[in-house]
Amino acid sequence: MNLKLRSLVGGVLLAASTLASAQQTLLNVSYDVAREFYKDINAAFVPYYKKQTGKDVKIDQAHGGSSAQARAVADGLDADVVTMNTTTDVEFLAERGVVAKDWAKRFAHNAAPTTSTMLFLVRNGNPKNIKDWQDLTRPDVKVVVVNPKTGGNGRYAYLAAWGYVKKNGGSDAQAQEFLSKLYKNVPVLARGGRDATTAFLQRNTGDVLITFESEVESVNREFGANRVDVVYPSISIVAENPVAVVERTVAKKGTADLAKAYLDFLYTPEGQEIAAKHSIRPRDAAVLKKYAETFKPVKLFTVQELFGSLSEAQKVHFNDGGQFDKIYTVK
Amino acid sequence: MSGALAAPLPGAAAAPSSRSTSKKVLPGFNITLGYTLLYLGLIVLIPLSALVFKTFTLSWEQFWAAISSPRVLASYRLTFGASFVAALVNVAFGLLVAWVLVRYSFPGKRIVDALVDLPFALPTAVAGISLTALLAGNGWIGQYLEPLGIQLAFNPNGVVIALIFIGLPFVVRTVQPVLEDTERELEEAAMSLGATRWQTFARVIFPSIAPALLTGFAMAFARAIGEYGSVIFIAGNMPMVSEITPLIIIGKLEQYDYAGATAVAVVMLVASFFLLLVINALQGWQRKRSGAS
Repeated sequence: MNLKLRSLVGGVLLAASTLASAQQTLLNVSYDVAREFYKDINAAFVPYYKKQTGKDVKIDQAHGGSSAQARAVADGLDADVVTMNTTTDVEFLAERGVVAKDWAKRFAHNAAPTTSTMLFLVRNGNPKNIKDWQDLTRPDVKVVVVNPKTGGNGRYAYLAAWGYVKKNGGSDAQAQEFLSKLYKNVPVLARGGRDATTAFLQRNTGDVLITFESEVESVNREFGANRVDVVYPSISIVAENPVAVVERTVAKKGTADLAKAYLDFLYTPEGQEIAAKHSIRPRDAAVLKKYAETFKPVKLFTVQELFGSLSEAQKVHFNDGGQFDKIYTVK
Repeated sequence: MSGALAAPLPGAAAAPSSRSTSKKVLPGFNITLGYTLLYLGLIVLIPLSALVFKTFTLSWEQFWAAISSPRVLASYRLTFGASFVAALVNVAFGLLVAWVLVRYSFPGKRIVDALVDLPFALPTAVAGISLTALLAGNGWIGQYLEPLGIQLAFNPNGVVIALIFIGLPFVVRTVQPVLEDTERELEEAAMSLGATRWQTFARVIFPSIAPALLTGFAMAFARAIGEYGSVIFIAGNMPMVSEITPLIIIGKLEQYDYAGATAVAVVMLVASFFLLLVINALQGWQRKRSGAS
């Protein structure tokens, strides 16, 4: 609710600023933890666009929980572009006719200029010696993770663990059993990514936090380096960060070219490098290589490989009565 | 009818409760009544009916499935149970606070009086975060309680504590004016007739404040049922154990299940409306009894 309100305020401010000047503005509606990343992107994009076209632009950003933001846009928030952390959120907008049906084909790499993956944060020195997914089911380990019902972060964590079993030759039943064991070790199901990080670092809850690779950067920045060690599991999931032009808004505002230029910019070496600096995995091979220190090689699998698509995974695993509910309701 | 419904609303609580109003007390009664109904319709009834209409997109089976899955049932138990306990605690301690504020004067009384309203003013998420910081295993208070085996954060205890926090002002602020109005002479008379302190309280003071206490209870209870912000940080949010119903609703919204979310919301709405009616009836009965004697 608050997030939506914030987005609404963003929208009102935008409307006010459009009236105030003829300068073109663009509203990027995005997810919570990408705030700093897009701040840097915007700072780089404005001069870039000026050089290309000679036009001054102003970029506004609104951040909140990914699906809360998608709902706000569907309900009428005038975003020019959406940059989300789960494809389901953009698919939802496509169903509503707010973004193009073939949005995923409009830009390279499934319209996801960047990705992230799930890994573990453990306390400094890794006292519980946690190395891989298997360790998270040990009885002496407490795991902090986001509730897959309320956060994309939590959905990816769940799917990554499921994929670990499947990729090691396990059956669905074995994966199900593995996840029940894992979630038995969860003392707090956080509502969202930030919530989980706070529980783990400020409340000292649990031995390991499953989170996005990109969250490591903000943890180090906010809580100081050396509070946590990063553990790369043997295998993890590719979490795509999809982007799309909001056709409804750009048609009305005449910002189609600007919106496209903005999203294209994310694919340029400059945009990719900014992503890498924020621990968001770039698609550009050269940039990825340059930041090899940040992005340790992990064997990755995609959602499509094991689950068909995120929406299908949603139906089977996370909707009410799905596999995730069974962990808690079937004794 | 409208009087009976209006009593548990915050705005009505300040109004003197026992005065019988004649029709002509407001000039232009028809206009004011019309305005009142219009305003209530715009602000309360239209949003609420939108909520109900949204659930009509579900078939009866879907509606039933949405409101009766084991996780949702567990969350009703927690939400209504914890709200009830928290409201009870608030009745006891809120009465105490109101009593002290009305009957005694001490340095800093005005500050204490103002402090009571803080839970009204504070964004509830702030309350939730601070309570968690206090009571979690490494918190200021939690670190001493945890070794004793008392865990107050990340389980249903935390939910109750957060709900006590946000509910306190409702009881204090409804009881306070009534206590101020009760005449000390009545107590003195009781005592001069040989009543003990306890008898004075039970026979003289309590009957006059009972309706106000019930109102305070109803408001604290109703407020607690819908509370989200403060609870979410301290609850731990474990399915079947410490998930409150508002979280279930948010969870459904995150799945873009608007209809399912409103279905659960409607259940809560109906349940709390029913409870408020019961409490109102109790209150009316109380008032009649104490007024008659």
